[in-house]
Amino acid sequence: MKTVEEIKAAIEAGVPGAGVEVVPNPSVSAQHSLRLKPERAVEIATFLRDDAELGFDFLSNLTGVDWPDKEIAEKVKVTRQVVKTVDGVEQTVEEAAEETRKRIEPGYLEVVYHLYSVALRHGPLVLRMRTANRTDEVELPSLTAVWRSAEFQEREVFDLYGVVFTGHPDLRRLLMWDGFKDHPMRRDYVEPDDFEYEPTAHDEVLKRATAHKDREQGSGVRDQEAATE
Amino acid sequence: MRLMETNTERVEGWNRPPVIEPDGEGELLEVAMGPHHPSTHGVFRMDLALDGERVIRLKPVFGYLHRNHEKIAEGVSYLASMPYTDRLDYICSLTNNWAYALAVEKLVGQEVPERAEYIRVILGELTRVQNHASSIGFLIQEMGASGTPLMYAFREREKILDLFESLTGSRMMCNYMRFGGCRVDVSAAWLDAARKVVAGLPGFVDEFEALLSGNEILMARCQGVGVLRPELAVNAGVTGPMLRASGVNYDIRKVDRYGIYERFKFRVPLGDHGDIFDRYMLRVLEMRESITILEQALKEIPGGPVMDSKAKIRGFRPKVGEAYGRIEAPKGELGFYLISDGSPNPYRYRVRPPSLINLTILEDMCLGHNVADVVLIFGSVDIVLGEVDR
Repeated sequence: MKTVEEIKAAIEAGVPGAGVEVVPNPSVSAQHSLRLKPERAVEIATFLRDDAELGFDFLSNLTGVDWPDKEIAEKVKVTRQVVKTVDGVEQTVEEAAEETRKRIEPGYLEVVYHLYSVALRHGPLVLRMRTANRTDEVELPSLTAVWRSAEFQEREVFDLYGVVFTGHPDLRRLLMWDGFKDHPMRRDYVEPDDFEYEPTAHDEVLKRATAHKDREQGSGVRDQEAATE
Repeated sequence: MRLMETNTERVEGWNRPPVIEPDGEGELLEVAMGPHHPSTHGVFRMDLALDGERVIRLKPVFGYLHRNHEKIAEGVSYLASMPYTDRLDYICSLTNNWAYALAVEKLVGQEVPERAEYIRVILGELTRVQNHASSIGFLIQEMGASGTPLMYAFREREKILDLFESLTGSRMMCNYMRFGGCRVDVSAAWLDAARKVVAGLPGFVDEFEALLSGNEILMARCQGVGVLRPELAVNAGVTGPMLRASGVNYDIRKVDRYGIYERFKFRVPLGDHGDIFDRYMLRVLEMRESITILEQALKEIPGGPVMDSKAKIRGFRPKVGEAYGRIEAPKGELGFYLISDGSPNPYRYRVRPPSLINLTILEDMCLGHNVADVVLIFGSVDIVLGEVDR
């Protein structure tokens, strides 16, 4: 099989302005991946499937990954102006100092695709796509039109991660029931409390029961219906 | 009802099942087949819309056995998920172990000693034989041949499960493979017992075939029913015996050559029509090929360690990275996708379930057939709900 760099070049020749990025994989498996722009994804997928030399006709695996907001503490060198008394005269002097700054790297949901070619017997090619954030801009284009095997797997990612696949013919929850709220595979998912079934009402249980009731009253629970409408 | 509201829009060129217009007069009958229907192999529901006996629409409903296997696995260490993989496809726990061990070995670059590879092949092929035998047994049971063929299959499966029990301590929940080898070595006595069982298998397949392959009822019910086109099968990600019964030559043992499969001589049987009968016949032929692999492996198995001495068990922390490993499980391509963030637990643990993805085209195969055929078409897919719902 071609290397990811060669496949990247082939995509850019076939789909002008595709804007594909290589994501290196530091593990020994060396399964490097390509990150697609969601706007061009369907075009690129169709090209990958139909190109005679690539021929990725088989989408084996499709799954989601949640990358929550990350707080990154960085040490930054700054120059400060300090008033100092030098030789009895007050002067403003520039002084180098180190400062720890915290910034929040916004999180996103990622969808990963593993492609193989049945006709040419090569693979895997790993593709990835990111949503803009984890809350309201969670749309990604559906690839069910290109590979039918995405149908149930996209429904599963929608169900468990909350990625909305635009253009999917039948986007419903797959594993959880229809009335369920929230997405259980997200890293910040909070399990529902079953404090009612605790045998004795001791302090610990009462504390959890209060917390549960607070949450029920609408603070912090993502409303799935609001997100999809 | 909900069934009629969903999936009403059908876009041109979408590779979607065709719309079948009801031809009779009167209303469509909507039936929920399952979740406790005896033919569904567990708790699974199909919502059918029927015009008389004809299926006009079919929507599978999943999730009755969902316990979020992946989330649980992300909360524990890599090794702690190994016994839990047994519960995915509980008929074939050893191939689940193998697929998971293979993915982790890819992630960390772990070598496996030769003897352990042989043991894996032997156990994997024994698993395939007993899975195919029992899945045919279930299929014939659903056809109305109550008991006899299934008991023939289970008699043979029992012998194989006895082998598993004496080696791993458990008949179905084996938890036997480790990253870098196998948990315990096989004894000479166990190998002799395995050779004896394998020597009896060709006779069993002959007997099974004499009982079934020429059977008129089986042919009448299976031939030309539930046809799956090869282009659609590939596009829909169908793998395993289902794909090969449609005539697509794709066996991961041959394509990926994982483990030591390139050392063995075996053929890949292919179907012509892609109907239920081809799937039945293909499983029979695959059992025969598995038996030849078993005979070769049991003859050639070398001595040596079963665990790589450099394999890390305590403090197992893969470097940052990801890997996707897959094997040809009896039901199709079973893959594991792992992302490591350098901690003892996987950051992402994904099971690529062949049973679930093979059901994508269930509706396509069933449309236009009678309700009684749905039972057979579904049975010929060969699924286990523990893996579908995870």
